[in-house]
Amino acid sequence: MTLPRWVSIALKVTTVGVLAFIYIPIGIIIMYSFNASKVATWPIESYTIDWYVKAFNDPGIRSAVLASVEAGVGATALSLLLGSLLAFAVHRFSFFGRQAIAFIVILPLALPGIVTGLALNTAFRAIGIDFGLMTIIIGHATFCVVVIYNNAVARLRRTSRSFEEASADLGADTFTTFRRVTFPAIRTALVAGALLAFALSFDEIIVTNFTSGAGIQTLPLWIFNNYQRPNQLPLVNVAAVLVLIISIIPVYLASRLTADPTSIASSRS
Amino acid sequence: MTTSNAVASPPTSPVRRLATAFYRHPRLQLTTLLAAPLGWLVIAYLGSLVLFLITSFWHLDHFSGNIVTTPTLDNYREIISDPTGIYRTITLRTVAMALLVTATDIALAFPIAFFMARVASSRTRGLLAVSVMLPLWSGYLVKVYAWRLILSENGVLNWVLAPFGLQGPGYSIQAVWIVESYLWLPYMIIPIYAGLERIPNSLLEASSDLGGRAGITFRRVIVPLALPAIVAGAIFTFSLTLGDYITPTLVSNTKFIGNVIYDLVGVAGNQPLAAAYAMVPVTIMLVFLLVARRLGAFDAL
Repeated sequence: MTLPRWVSIALKVTTVGVLAFIYIPIGIIIMYSFNASKVATWPIESYTIDWYVKAFNDPGIRSAVLASVEAGVGATALSLLLGSLLAFAVHRFSFFGRQAIAFIVILPLALPGIVTGLALNTAFRAIGIDFGLMTIIIGHATFCVVVIYNNAVARLRRTSRSFEEASADLGADTFTTFRRVTFPAIRTALVAGALLAFALSFDEIIVTNFTSGAGIQTLPLWIFNNYQRPNQLPLVNVAAVLVLIISIIPVYLASRLTADPTSIASSRS
Repeated sequence: MTTSNAVASPPTSPVRRLATAFYRHPRLQLTTLLAAPLGWLVIAYLGSLVLFLITSFWHLDHFSGNIVTTPTLDNYREIISDPTGIYRTITLRTVAMALLVTATDIALAFPIAFFMARVASSRTRGLLAVSVMLPLWSGYLVKVYAWRLILSENGVLNWVLAPFGLQGPGYSIQAVWIVESYLWLPYMIIPIYAGLERIPNSLLEASSDLGGRAGITFRRVIVPLALPAIVAGAIFTFSLTLGDYITPTLVSNTKFIGNVIYDLVGVAGNQPLAAAYAMVPVTIMLVFLLVARRLGAFDAL
């Protein structure tokens, strides 16, 4: 389709504008984290890396980073197990309720996070589970399972079953076929899904707010509890950049692992 | 000489026997696969949601501060009769905001998605796709916080606007509109991009062969074909705005549905009333999903 000249120029300008709109705020928060002044005024007069040193030595931030990593690893491991089992079941078999399961699994993304968070909070209270790392992991797993599931199902759909049949014809049993044929075919999809799940978990705040106890604070929660304290402002800026970096690196790696980058983006949907 | 074992039978280890059992009984395989995830979905997730729904029929005894578990419609009555009009105002405000953010994101996302899908070279396309995708996955709170700094009295926005004698919106309802539109924009770009990319070239050529100029092709061919993808993106922009309580807290003093639910739990300690009010966004979302499914948005997800 040939576009009028003014249309293609307008499209280019809008594209550049939208990209600037997306990235300028991210650039600004990074600049603020190097701001030598303790107050956030613009333009920034001088720059320093002191706040990074302070943040590195701050016990609150250190334990928050640790808690976030633990929660992220825990939620990723749990959803890797559940999501891939579910993907195999839904993709390989037809059974009563299959459509319903495929719908329920995406529900945590379509319902507002505050509903998921509050519902889990209610359930934990009713059962009498103490709030802590375990409850955060369960909360994060609700939406991380979807990510793994979508990645695994998408890959399974693209993988031909004839290799598995050949493997069976050559005498391999179910487990050997899985180990030598099926698993290698879906491995990168699972790794990509796990990286994305970790990134999602690492910067989550809405569900975390309702599933964490008094004794534990993830990095986003630390930011949320400190952003209004003027003397903590420089450290909050650094913590914000940390969250950004630690969650963006896995996403970038995941995009390298799958040929089509949008297949990752849409795996969230 | 003949042997009864023309083919050597494989060694029968327990593992091998289990593998054979799985192979012969697909149902056994299915049950093994499904047990854990189904238990998770039904017990941990749906179970919590159902319990949450049940608690909306409990109520808080205002004298003792205890939660009474005899079922009653009191909470729903309070929200619907709404003597102060507060629930109605906040519900309408939130839905209006969610619609406005969705419309803004469609307007911003369509041109860039169109450029990516139909104009850009494949190299540029890949680069743009990654650039849009990276911020979709990371740093929700960080982005809201960045906007809090940008919109502040001495922030970047006022500094940019000052030479023109203008002032930014500060912490206000307009700020919520800007920030929500910013946050969920990638969720709109990606599905529209995928939808536009799927349109076969032959259809566009057919339209122009039949005399349709670019404008007509756009209106009569591209937009109808991209509609499911737009609705798919709208599911996210709408739902995410509907439940967000962090953004209004950080960049405004205005209350939205999420804030009211949050305050009912945290400040008032009235979990049953919060649960009942939470059914408002859940119902809105379920209606939205039903409409979206009719428009074919689920296939575009």
